[in-house]
Amino acid sequence: MPALYASGAALAVLAGAAGLAILTRGALRLVYPLAILAALVLGAVDLHVLLTGVVLTDSLPIGLPTIGLRLRLDSLSAFFGVVINGGVLAASVYSLGLDHEKDLTPRVEPLFPLFAAAMNLVLLADDAYGFLFSWELMSLSSWALVVARHTDPESRRASHLYLVMAVIGTTALLFAFGGLAGPAGGYSFDTIRAHAAQPAIAALVLAAALIGCGSKGGLIPLHAWLPLAHPAAPSHVSALMSGVMTKVAIYGFVRIAFDLLGPPAWWWALPPIVLGAITAVLGLLYAVLDRDLKRVLAYSTIENVGLIFVALGLALAFRANGFAQAAAVALTAALLHVLNHSWFKSLLFLGAGAVLHATGRRDLDGLGGLIRTMPRTAIFFLVGALAISALPPLNGFVSEWLLFQSVLAGPMLPQASLRFAVPAIGAMLALAAALAAACFVRVYGTAFLGRPRTVEAARAHDVPLAQQVAMGALALLCILGGLLGAPLASVLAPLVRTFSGGMLPASGSGPTPFSLVAFDSARSVYDAAVIALFVAIASLVTLVVVHRVSERRTRRGPAWDCGFPDPSPVTQYTASSFAQPLRRVYGTVAFSARETVTMPPPGDRGTARLQVSLVDYLWRVFYAAPGGAVLRLAERLNMLQFLTIRRYLVLMFAALVILLSIAAVTT
Amino acid sequence: MTRDLIVQFLAQGAQMFLVLLLAPLAVGVTRRVKARLTRRQGAPLIQGYLDIAKLLRKESVLAESASWLFRTAPYLIFALTWVAAALVPSFASGLMFNWAADVVALVALLGAARALLALAGMDVGTSFGGIGSSREMMIATLAEPAMMLIVLTLAIAAGTTRLAGVADHFIAEPLAVRVSLALSLGALVIVALAENARIPVDNPVTHLELTMVHEAMVLEYSGRHLALIEAASMLKLTLYLSLLICLFAPFGMAPASAGLVGWTVGLVAWTAKLLLGAALLGVWEVSIAKMRVFRLPDFVGVAFVFAFIAILLAYLSGGDIG
Repeated sequence: MPALYASGAALAVLAGAAGLAILTRGALRLVYPLAILAALVLGAVDLHVLLTGVVLTDSLPIGLPTIGLRLRLDSLSAFFGVVINGGVLAASVYSLGLDHEKDLTPRVEPLFPLFAAAMNLVLLADDAYGFLFSWELMSLSSWALVVARHTDPESRRASHLYLVMAVIGTTALLFAFGGLAGPAGGYSFDTIRAHAAQPAIAALVLAAALIGCGSKGGLIPLHAWLPLAHPAAPSHVSALMSGVMTKVAIYGFVRIAFDLLGPPAWWWALPPIVLGAITAVLGLLYAVLDRDLKRVLAYSTIENVGLIFVALGLALAFRANGFAQAAAVALTAALLHVLNHSWFKSLLFLGAGAVLHATGRRDLDGLGGLIRTMPRTAIFFLVGALAISALPPLNGFVSEWLLFQSVLAGPMLPQASLRFAVPAIGAMLALAAALAAACFVRVYGTAFLGRPRTVEAARAHDVPLAQQVAMGALALLCILGGLLGAPLASVLAPLVRTFSGGMLPASGSGPTPFSLVAFDSARSVYDAAVIALFVAIASLVTLVVVHRVSERRTRRGPAWDCGFPDPSPVTQYTASSFAQPLRRVYGTVAFSARETVTMPPPGDRGTARLQVSLVDYLWRVFYAAPGGAVLRLAERLNMLQFLTIRRYLVLMFAALVILLSIAAVTT
Repeated sequence: MTRDLIVQFLAQGAQMFLVLLLAPLAVGVTRRVKARLTRRQGAPLIQGYLDIAKLLRKESVLAESASWLFRTAPYLIFALTWVAAALVPSFASGLMFNWAADVVALVALLGAARALLALAGMDVGTSFGGIGSSREMMIATLAEPAMMLIVLTLAIAAGTTRLAGVADHFIAEPLAVRVSLALSLGALVIVALAENARIPVDNPVTHLELTMVHEAMVLEYSGRHLALIEAASMLKLTLYLSLLICLFAPFGMAPASAGLVGWTVGLVAWTAKLLLGAALLGVWEVSIAKMRVFRLPDFVGVAFVFAFIAILLAYLSGGDIG
């Protein structure tokens, strides 16, 4: 048990850091070094459990009276723990570069370790009480981090919506665990695991888990808070919320659907794959039309959560039908994407934080040319942008490749509805992959390339060393994760076998140790290392040959631009203009995009105006409509507050009569 | 054993240089056919080689606002396209490194080259670069999913995602008329036209500002950088022609275990089919007009719908379509 005690000590360090930071302002600067220490210890314990496969359990006499708090660290928790503590570590190292006087505030720093500890506690919980308690702690501490800049009305709106959605999510999870516990009320996970749920109960639990975990992860239509709340927090917290907290939501779903709920039925797969695919495509359509750097990243988080849910759904479908190996491919895709997304999304959010720090802006149309003013950040961000666009040989493509391989196993499925759904899902995944590339070319092209559009962008400077180290390490992981996909998959193999019943062919069954093999090596192989080697050799050969045979002189001159270069950087393509073709093609369908051009009357030298209107149907149907209904109802009921005493007496009498008659009828 | 390995290695190397060698010729054939059909004399068949040689001799003029990405991108784009082109089976299916990238990875490799090119288009910060990049990515969001669905359909038919395996499957089993394969062929032709910036999606010879896509993106390039970009787009054309050949007309291609004789037959057959494909492209291009940019979604959308119906049929028949 010493490993679990080490985790406990690390959690205590986090709590202590939070406490110290609340007490004295001087302790604020201790928060991040202590968080680094704690994340290293927690991560090491998680890695140990993941690699050895031991299961650590313990129970503490705190929490509910007579029951206490049960803790358990198995390989699933440990895997997510590695993801979380990696993210915490990167965010903490990044934060070492924050300015003590200017950036550290008692509104943010004490809550950061609390948030990190809460996420770790969710993974450790081994009963419903502990799970829900730490889940709420996680929600509340992240909410408090979102509301840290409460003077900004946008932040206030975001945090309000977040709070409402978090309450809805936790309520749903409460129902999920209620259904799992059954009439006997066994709230410990062991008791729940011991009996399989009835189909009707399973449907209820699954729906509740999707609502609970989906709302935290940003599954459409429960996503609306996420693109508001994640960017509103300070950037290193945004990195944690987007890169890591959404993974806790995935953990919750995996724990319930793959572990607690018992053997799956095939129809469990439909809600996650359908919602996940819709989320993936719509999330990117939102992202590609948005002009705020951090909000684009948040929308892209929604997309990636959608991809993970698709993979999990496919794993459920294959497992329910007894195709263990296909289930293993899908589950490996999901878990690897969890890991990969935590890396590149943290990297991108930290990069956005660096841009915000250096320029004070996060509107894409106010940036530009940062590749020259912030060269290091620009390189790291480029790696992240290419990785998230699922381009080989980076890590995003590894999970994408596995996901397509599992889609390809779809024709084996016997159920007609799944056979219809899976190719449609495949088409949507392909669309999402292409849109992701467009989205991140747009982000990188407008923010980092071209000429600076504002003075702030032109005067930007690269960020402190600690922040560069954090981003550089994540960028390196994105590259290594791409090349070493096969070894990573084999590390996950025992975990995948536990929850899918099958495993990928062992590492080494392919042509090289780096070959990722989906089913067998005659069927599907992807070898990132060999491809990268080929591309590297081809580039080097090209470089050498071209430099030998060609004219090597290079002259700098004004841009050609078809003979009419304009010195004003305003004439560049902006994020909005880049999105225009996409808006015309997809926006007219998804958001009823309309463009109206108002020309001044002839002879008038005033400016013409282009107005774009978009309709967010999801917001209208799922948020504005119910919200409006509640308000209208409240106004009606408001009348009840202003009655005369006689009327109140009549009402009370009527209520009494009704209750008595009900009692008479039922007994 | 060692000798066998060396021969295999050489064959793989030969494939890599073969595509590079033949790519400008294929473009030359297309241009020549177009010229003759419009009653012009036309440039010599080797004009593609001459163009690249000329560009290599010129100095490179870089815009003042160009960053390192602008200078690095051509090398990477060329290398990525070259590797992708070399991975498509041409004269033989069972080459040494054919397993390294399957169809999904091939689509993604081309996607990587395209993303780099679009980024390079944005780098100088001119309006033309932006217009080209933005339109290219818009077309890609339609063409790439269609392409992915096509290759997935064929992979289901062949039971493998390895390109060589798919080719072997279609060599062994003569192509019967199947609805989903016919739809895939139609879709792949449309995707190939879109991806190679050919008429009616884009016009490779125009510099009429408002209609160009690919040319607008590479407008700022000159000298050796432009030579690499041009060579990469020639390679890409060869790649798509090879892909069409290898999937839908693989006859003559040497199977995995073939020796020198098989390879020679395969080489002759592939070269002939490649040049025939290039000539057909020329005929197609003179017989149709370029479309407006915002008509393109309809055109490329047809490919997506075809590909989707094809994969749906493949799924409903339980994968048993080939």
